[in-house]
Amino acid sequence: MVRFENVGMRYGAGPEVLHDIELDLEPGGFFFLTGPSGAGKSTLLKLMYLAERPTRGRVMLFDRDVAGLTRAQLPALRRRIGVVFQEFRLIEHLSALDNVALPLRVAGRDETRVRDHVVDLLNWVGLADHIHARPRELSGGQQQRLAIARAVTRQTSLLIADEPTGNVDDAIALRLLYLFEELNRRGTTVVIATHNQALIERFGHPVLHIENGRLERRPSLRAVQ
Amino acid sequence: MARARDLPLDDDGSARFLPWLVALMVYLAALAIGGGAALHNAVERWNAGLAGALTIELPRGANGAPVAQDRVDAVLGELGRVPGIVHASRLDPAAETRLLAPWLGQDVDISVLPLPVLIDVETRPGVMLDPDTLAQRLAIVAPGTSVESHGSWLARLFRIARLIEFGAATIVLLIGGVAVLTVVFVTRTGLAMHAPVVELVHLIGASDAYVARQFQWHAFRLAFGGGGIGLVMALVSYGALRWTAGQGLLPGEAAVLPVFHLPLLGWLAVLALPPAMGLVGLVTARRTVLGTLGRMP
Repeated sequence: MVRFENVGMRYGAGPEVLHDIELDLEPGGFFFLTGPSGAGKSTLLKLMYLAERPTRGRVMLFDRDVAGLTRAQLPALRRRIGVVFQEFRLIEHLSALDNVALPLRVAGRDETRVRDHVVDLLNWVGLADHIHARPRELSGGQQQRLAIARAVTRQTSLLIADEPTGNVDDAIALRLLYLFEELNRRGTTVVIATHNQALIERFGHPVLHIENGRLERRPSLRAVQ
Repeated sequence: MARARDLPLDDDGSARFLPWLVALMVYLAALAIGGGAALHNAVERWNAGLAGALTIELPRGANGAPVAQDRVDAVLGELGRVPGIVHASRLDPAAETRLLAPWLGQDVDISVLPLPVLIDVETRPGVMLDPDTLAQRLAIVAPGTSVESHGSWLARLFRIARLIEFGAATIVLLIGGVAVLTVVFVTRTGLAMHAPVVELVHLIGASDAYVARQFQWHAFRLAFGGGGIGLVMALVSYGALRWTAGQGLLPGEAAVLPVFHLPLLGWLAVLALPPAMGLVGLVTARRTVLGTLGRMP
């Protein structure tokens, strides 16, 4: 599903922010990504969702070497990945419905079926009463759920979430994690970057820990126990 | 419910002036086309009126003595023997009055003026008489007779008219070039302004063509709408020109002066300006977006 081989990454002429990353995420897995701020979590995720390319080493996504992809080949691969961005990145002039519908529309899905599907999804994340609301009219937690709805609207093979529980209270964070687990049970590989140790312990999935640009894989707490 | 476009292009300050620029361009192009067509039409009418026509002039005698009728008859007789001439007649006073009315007015008694005798000659279609040879032949029976074929000044007029038409076509092409540059500028500005949203839709899986479609239809709407405004402005100006040109015309002037008249092809060209501008906007915006995004890694 996702394989990193000796991956290094630097921005421009700056210092290397990721060093010799070795990673192999099997399909259907559920992983937490942890590490202190500035450790390189977001950069690692950017490499996974094809926002960046490594400066050295090899990144394999869905058995394809990212380095060999042309620009025209990227969209098809990106449509297999759902992303919940740390800062949500909702489109301000679009309604909640249109924000969530966007991944379906860029994929050219039948417009007549888009609306029903999106309304169901908004209902699922508790935003059924806000389908016409603009993002600025929603609270931080509602925006986060909207961003999650957008990320999962296409039932992707890989779901990447960067601090998805950062702006919500514990109850909603728990609910979101159950939501991710449900997607995982349906076959989606899930990678969640989080600082929330309580959630990590509660759900007990394997942890990828990154510090000073170096990654180590820790077994799930359940396996340890 | 109509679905919103993904990029907030309608909010662009840079695009707000595009319809008005296009309106001005279409207005100028329509005036250039209209002016060129009116001139072309006038020259065609002059040419049609004068093709196959010659004018024979018998000057007055010494001290302004009227032209003797026997000289006129001799010239008419000689003209009757020239092959290719189908009709020759002296211009009667009423016709002379009409001819001079634009300059002298209608109430002038032209019999008191020292005018030469003019003879209208009509040749068979396709027959080209050499005016110098004819003049030499007529001078034998009536010395001093001259022949005016209108050919030389008509040729000069044609050259000037062609030059003006070429100038009008050049103006239309230049306007098209300016329209392309304007759309390129507006599109690049839009891409820069909306770079975060463009990046987001890419990360969500949009192709470059998807992004280009957003820009191209936006540019089409703005350019087509602006073109429509320019067309309305041009039509109002056409009406005003036509009305102004028709005011106070004396009999005969309408046949000489260029009358604002667009032929069918001219109307088609003018009416095609807004969709053509829309198309220029669409194609230019699409190529600009694809070119700019294609250079990205």
